[in-house]
Amino acid sequence: MRHVLSVLVENEPGVLSRVAGLFSGRGFNIDTLNVGPTLEKGISLMTITTFGDEQIIEQIVKQLRKVVSVIKVVDLTDLKSVEREMVLIKVNAEDSKRAEILRVADIFRCKVVDVSVDEITLEVTGDQGKIKAIVNLLQRFGIKEFARTGTVALRRSMQ
Amino acid sequence: MELTGAQILLESLKREGVKHIFGFPGGAVIDIYDQIPNYPIQHYLVRHEQGAVHAADGYARSTGKVGVCLVTSGPGATNTVTGIATAYMDSIPMVIFTGQVPTPLIGNDAFQEVDIVGITRPCTKHNYLVKDIEKLAGTIKEAFYIASTGRPGPVLVDLPKDIMQAKTGYEYPETISIRSYNPNYLPNRKQVKKAVRLIAKAEKPLIYAGGGVISSHAGQVLTRLARKHAIPVTATLMGLGAFPGNDPLWLGMLGMHGTFPANMAVNNSDVLISVGARFDDRVTGKVNTFAPRAKIIHIDIDPTSIRKNVSVHIPIVSDCLNALEAMEQELDSLEDLDWQQKHDSWLKKVQKWADEHPLKYESKEGVVKPQFVMEKIYQITKGEAIISTEVGQNQMWAAQFYRYHAPRTLLTSGGLGTMGYGFPAAIGAQVAHPDKLVIDIAGDGSIQMNIQEMATAMSYKLPVKIVILNNGYLGMVRQWQELFYNRNYCSTCLHLNPDFVKLAQAFGAEGYLIEKNEDVEPVLTKAFASPLPCIVDVRVEPEENVYPMVPAGASLTEMLLV
Repeated sequence: MRHVLSVLVENEPGVLSRVAGLFSGRGFNIDTLNVGPTLEKGISLMTITTFGDEQIIEQIVKQLRKVVSVIKVVDLTDLKSVEREMVLIKVNAEDSKRAEILRVADIFRCKVVDVSVDEITLEVTGDQGKIKAIVNLLQRFGIKEFARTGTVALRRSMQ
Repeated sequence: MELTGAQILLESLKREGVKHIFGFPGGAVIDIYDQIPNYPIQHYLVRHEQGAVHAADGYARSTGKVGVCLVTSGPGATNTVTGIATAYMDSIPMVIFTGQVPTPLIGNDAFQEVDIVGITRPCTKHNYLVKDIEKLAGTIKEAFYIASTGRPGPVLVDLPKDIMQAKTGYEYPETISIRSYNPNYLPNRKQVKKAVRLIAKAEKPLIYAGGGVISSHAGQVLTRLARKHAIPVTATLMGLGAFPGNDPLWLGMLGMHGTFPANMAVNNSDVLISVGARFDDRVTGKVNTFAPRAKIIHIDIDPTSIRKNVSVHIPIVSDCLNALEAMEQELDSLEDLDWQQKHDSWLKKVQKWADEHPLKYESKEGVVKPQFVMEKIYQITKGEAIISTEVGQNQMWAAQFYRYHAPRTLLTSGGLGTMGYGFPAAIGAQVAHPDKLVIDIAGDGSIQMNIQEMATAMSYKLPVKIVILNNGYLGMVRQWQELFYNRNYCSTCLHLNPDFVKLAQAFGAEGYLIEKNEDVEPVLTKAFASPLPCIVDVRVEPEENVYPMVPAGASLTEMLLV
């Protein structure tokens, strides 16, 4: 099962490597990993998505808590949370297809961030389902490049 | 007054109460060595950095204090990795100081530069690269604090040369608080009550003690609790000494080379009280048939150890000492039970297993059996020596045929299984206990991994004894080849061993050869009484095996017996 872990860490050299090394060293898999500073100076938030059964996730959470630079670990999976990911998609856009691509972009509330003679780059933000859907739709035009941030997530205030 | 980084380091070590460090100098740490004579710290020069770490480890295991070592950058640092991993796997408190190239050169592939913080990240509890002299004192304080609290472990501090030369005012923090590091020492009372209710109902309880009992100084409470409630006790390799080896409730070690009564008791127990042990594969055998009838109570300070390998009914995250004391209190508040009577039939059953299949070996005319040597060592020392071991058959015979009466009397690489550990560890223990007899039980293979440390032992007049159970093989691997690989003894026969007696003499130490049973006792007695380090080369039965043995991946009850 997919789990989203929110991991608060000290912002110090090597912390990403400590966390990532923990996953690789113990044979766990990271699906996506996103890191950025928080409002509090010296503290960063990592959002990690990973797959595993209950026992594996329990180990991952406990092992993360054991890392000296890790302040807090929350498994958002069982909580109500908001999840978002941003993706940039560069898609083939010959004249005949352009209108349709823009229509899809409109339906998915994407932004067009770059256009050339035969390509359009779209910015999409959404949860995993939405991103999967638009990728499916755009694939038939030919996706030339694709970059995604990995999930970021926060628990909802009302639980 | 301003101090240099090197002075700050040594002053801080003094404040931490460090009196002995093990190390090897080099360019990056000359500034520190330059200052050592000005401080009340005895430095022991080893012959290889691996020796320094194992010595610090043996010092730590035999005292409970933090072991300290100091090495230079690059190769000095990388040579410590095996020792660090050894300490990490067995949760030994240790601080390793490594030299580093000056900060402006870091990352430039400078001479003797290596990213030791990166290399040791997976095998240290935590590590630091000090890039600012203002943070040096605080970092050292943190390093000692982290190494010795919670589940102990090695902490590495990497010290660039320019930081050791820089100057600043010195202030050593009195206390420490790390926001992200708060080990939990106290057990949850509800969980303790649940555990005690379970124990009170149990008809076939069993205590399974691990290294955590020793590191939390819980041996006495454990012993009291077991005796008062008539509960038999088994232990892991790391737990040997946690419970007196001559007590009637003692079953011996469990697991792959565990005793028949210990493994049968695990299999038949209805409540298994695991204290400070982590259900290692060498202990459990096939996990899903481990303790199949038992409800498991698992006490461990490290939550990651709980439910990692086996499912547990009552987890208690706590320091073993606190948890056992809390359990003892709760048990005392129960209505009076005649525990002896309650467990009578269980104890009889366990005793029957012990009587039917005691640890044994077959004597053979004219051949010295390694088990016989271990029995003799026990008789001569009356169980009062500190025993260290190398790894392999020698280690298992030392675990089986010597009885450990007190914690910290067996120093052995349990988790990592490091050949070459025993001798330098014995040196560390002898430094800490100058008046005690310290004996390294070795194989002819593993002793050759760090034999150069005989020069260290000689230099500091440390009368460590090495008893080599010399069978001419890498014995444990040969045993596996014999039993499971159709006797294909590929690369396990040591065709050209040195003459160990002459080797000892070459270092200025004493060397003895034993080839006959009748020589074992007199020669060992003589060697043990010597004021010099000694090597006793005992030529033992070449193809002797360690039994009982549970083949890897089999259930504990599937023991191969003698």
